[in-house]
Amino acid sequence: MPRLVNLYPSSGGALALGALPFLILIAAYLFGSATRLAENPDDKLLPAPSAFVETLKSYAVEEDRRSGEVLWWLDTGASLKRLLIALGISALIGIVGGLAIGALPIVRSLLGPFVAALAMIPPLAILPILFIMLGLGEVAKIALIVFGVAPCIIRDVSLRAGELPKEQLIKAQTLGASSWLLATRVILPQLWPRLIDALRLTLGSAWLFLIAAEAIASTEGLGYRIFLVRRYMAMDVILPYVIWITLLAYTMDWLLRMTRARLFPWAESR
Amino acid sequence: MASVTVKHLWKEYGSQVVLENLNLHVADREFVTIIGASGCGKTTFLRMLLGVEQPTKGQLLIDGEPVPAEPGPDRGIVFQRYSLFPHLSVLDNLMLGLEFSGSRWLGKLFGARRRVALEKAESLLEAIGLHTARDKYPSQLSGGMQQRLSIAQSVIREPKILLLDEPFGALDPGITADMHEIILRLWQANRMTIFMITHDLKESFQLGTRLLVFDKRRNDPHEPERYGATVTYDIPLNRKKHSMPLASLTAALAGP
Ligand SMILES: Nc1ncnc2c1ncn2[C@@H]1O[C@H](COP(=O)(O)OP(=O)(O)OP(=O)(O)O)[C@@H](O)[C@H]1O
Ligand SMILES: [Mg+2]
Repeated sequence: MPRLVNLYPSSGGALALGALPFLILIAAYLFGSATRLAENPDDKLLPAPSAFVETLKSYAVEEDRRSGEVLWWLDTGASLKRLLIALGISALIGIVGGLAIGALPIVRSLLGPFVAALAMIPPLAILPILFIMLGLGEVAKIALIVFGVAPCIIRDVSLRAGELPKEQLIKAQTLGASSWLLATRVILPQLWPRLIDALRLTLGSAWLFLIAAEAIASTEGLGYRIFLVRRYMAMDVILPYVIWITLLAYTMDWLLRMTRARLFPWAESR
Repeated sequence: MASVTVKHLWKEYGSQVVLENLNLHVADREFVTIIGASGCGKTTFLRMLLGVEQPTKGQLLIDGEPVPAEPGPDRGIVFQRYSLFPHLSVLDNLMLGLEFSGSRWLGKLFGARRRVALEKAESLLEAIGLHTARDKYPSQLSGGMQQRLSIAQSVIREPKILLLDEPFGALDPGITADMHEIILRLWQANRMTIFMITHDLKESFQLGTRLLVFDKRRNDPHEPERYGATVTYDIPLNRKKHSMPLASLTAALAGP
């Protein structure tokens, strides 16, 4: 019998093991829902699967009676637009800031402590400031996400730049690289994979800030809808929305991982 | 042309004296090998020639001019490790020096100029036996292949001086013969002055035209940082005649 640490599942076995917790969760839900509904048919806490089908139909297929929109897609579109714009801006700030701080000692002295301090401010604490200064529209929501994730990305990317072996940078200078060429041809290309890693790691907090902002001031969006229907204890809406958000986040993470492997094969650990 | 003159050179880190009163003249196209105990300041000397460390006292001159305070294309370097660019293929690693000199803003060459550079890089790849690996990334190469590439990369800009810090230290003894041949061929073809640190005495005799031994002349057992190392033996090597057999030299070195 080999040691437990050397015991690897077959590829089919790995799939089955991975599915197991999901199956247990679903089974537990179905059991719980059935028992509660047997006791009280009007129970709202754990709706039956049939209730989800009904809700999905009225939210994702049929138009809303009041607005004439299909709410599910309206919310998804609004949330994704905010999230992607904010992540794009954060990535841009992160790579430019990270490169400058990582490559230039003067900029590191100038901005390093400032960015470290910025990253420590709880973004939700300044949400009121953002709403006061930027109004209740899209700009404040995007600004909240950027404020929440960009400092972390800058820090992560600049740390990576600092980790590059000194030997490499010296070697590049002996090959005649100017500061500009050193930054653009040697350092920057090695920061892209780390930028993607940083984006993946901050994806969770980006969603958190998005939903928080939507919950407080919005007229559409996934977070807005969840907090709206909370008043009616509409678990049949909340749960599908949560699963959908999870699925979207997971897909974005997967896309980022694939992009990294595709574009930067040299950075894959082997 | 690249002669190196060292006059009353001292290097200290705080209260630690690393090198003391180093005096030396190395003629153009000399192949200097350097040996000495670990921690005695060999790398420090190379780093001063490179321009990443400054002398505490004294002068370090290349062709009569002080060494510039930062690295430049006139002085190539091969470290023991980490001097390849992991995000570039073998060919692109080699092209990089030419692209830096040919394109100030993009660092990339196009068209006819790229073809000229490509030809040069490919003939060098051929010379170091890496032409079949031209599209691989450094992490896909063996240690010996990486060092061959690193050496070729350093000579492509035709530096006056080539600095080698234990370039074969991490390699299998079996493959060093190939490496020696490559380095000697490049040295003859490129008219460079070479400084090479090694911990392999045999290697230092086989490759060099001149051997420097770094050691402390004085030692205070209670205060080991008080005195620095200097050149204690400066041995001209005639590699054609092998005037002095290796064994007797080894014995002479072990003497005092
Ligand atoms: N940046 C530094 N700050 C302080 N001390 C240093 C620094 N660099 C080197 N030293 C000291 O200088 C001495 C010489 O170091 P150096 O790297 O030149 O030794 P070396 O001869 O190359 O040794 P090895 O054969 O082990 O590579 C060592 O005692 C080291 O601790
Ligand atoms: Mg050393």
